[in-house]
Amino acid sequence: MEPAWVALSLSLKVALWATAVGGIVGIAIGWILAHTRFPGRDVVDSLLLLPMVLPPTVLGYYLLVLVGRRGTIGAWLESTFGIHLIFTWQGAVIAAAIVSFPFVCKSARAAFEEVDPRYEQAARVLGLGEAAVFFRITLPLAWRGILAGLLLAFTRALGEFGATLMIAGSIPGRTQTLSIAVYEAVQAGEDALANQLVAIISVTAVVILVAASRLAPARIGQRDLGRR
Amino acid sequence: MFTTLQRVVAALGVAFFATLAHAADVTVSAAASLTNAFTELGKTFESQNPRAKILFNFAASGALLQQIAKGAPVDVFASADEETMDQAQKQDLVEPGTRVDFVRNALVVVVPSDSRLTAKSLAEFDAAAVDGRLSRIAIGQPASVPVGRYAKSVLEQAGLWAKVERRMIGAQSVRQVLDYVARGEVDAGFVYATDAAVMPDKVRVLFAVPTPTPIRYPIAVMKAAGDKALATRFTQFIASPEAQAVLARYGFARP
Repeated sequence: MEPAWVALSLSLKVALWATAVGGIVGIAIGWILAHTRFPGRDVVDSLLLLPMVLPPTVLGYYLLVLVGRRGTIGAWLESTFGIHLIFTWQGAVIAAAIVSFPFVCKSARAAFEEVDPRYEQAARVLGLGEAAVFFRITLPLAWRGILAGLLLAFTRALGEFGATLMIAGSIPGRTQTLSIAVYEAVQAGEDALANQLVAIISVTAVVILVAASRLAPARIGQRDLGRR
Repeated sequence: MFTTLQRVVAALGVAFFATLAHAADVTVSAAASLTNAFTELGKTFESQNPRAKILFNFAASGALLQQIAKGAPVDVFASADEETMDQAQKQDLVEPGTRVDFVRNALVVVVPSDSRLTAKSLAEFDAAAVDGRLSRIAIGQPASVPVGRYAKSVLEQAGLWAKVERRMIGAQSVRQVLDYVARGEVDAGFVYATDAAVMPDKVRVLFAVPTPTPIRYPIAVMKAAGDKALATRFTQFIASPEAQAVLARYGFARP
């Protein structure tokens, strides 16, 4: 395969994994923030935005220090499981998931808060357990907002550069994502490759945006019809 | 009559552009391995030329060349290899007659200070790679980082490149290689002797690797330089005995 397509497929793989990991964590945290009251909830809510606000290099440094071979988590992972995250695509997934999960978390919280609690109560009265209420009532009703957050998270993960470069490095075929491949090509003066790469990533971004705007209303329209 | 909004916009515009051009600024793009020595020399030069302000831009020489080739307003370029400066000359970026070699450096293999590796040559290094003690080797990206190009050429000559390349962690500059080794994220790395000396407590030099061509650093004034006289004075200062003494203190050899 051509280097550009290798980088694209790696980027998509990392972004999909990051969206899946960040999505599950973000939806869970969003639900907790929307449904529970505890002291310091607003502080937690603000802290969760930190990955969006902090420079990616700062996140990259934190990750390097924590999950590196000599970091507290990294040393434990290596001695217990023999896992070494630095310079692996899994490391890139962690970096991308951390920068992108606040998008899911924020929109999931807002979406859960907009769900009318009477529907959930009606389901409980009809005998559904809490898990069933969540998966059959709350999640479908909040899906529109969550989907918007997931798409934003996916595009953010796809474009992630700084933290990824710091912890996953730039290994062609293993951790060299499209955004990093562009940087390398420009550094090396390979303008032809750089042109090819930026064209691919621009087209990919447009395709995702168009797909997002087409998919989202269709699903919601069907669901609305089904409810009536 | 100007509205308040127009005045604010005008004031912001002036504030934004006013600091862009400063007559006595000398922008020096220098190889990453020169970071510590040049930072000190820049201060010395500024104290001797009170009106001058030296702005350093440290990165891999190849990356610096690309910035200059794309029109970055750089006054002086100091590269870690002849090849990058040759390319700058080929692209007609160098002010004729200003190029001069000012230091020499050596390629070394470093390991984290707690490493148990004891290889004393590339052949022993190869043996360590075979038995699994060397699973990750940091090397500057050969396309843009001179130290990576030197490493690649010696490894190719020794017939080891294909083997090492599979274990290679590519770095953006020699200083990133040093950082990876110092943090223990890689088992070994190729850096210059002067870089190894920056972190004597965190990295250990295994052995020096003889290079087929000596590692010489050229410096030159760029055609795009704003104040060519001041830029030339800086390059002359770097070649002066005073600056050479400072460079020697950081481990650089005379050209």
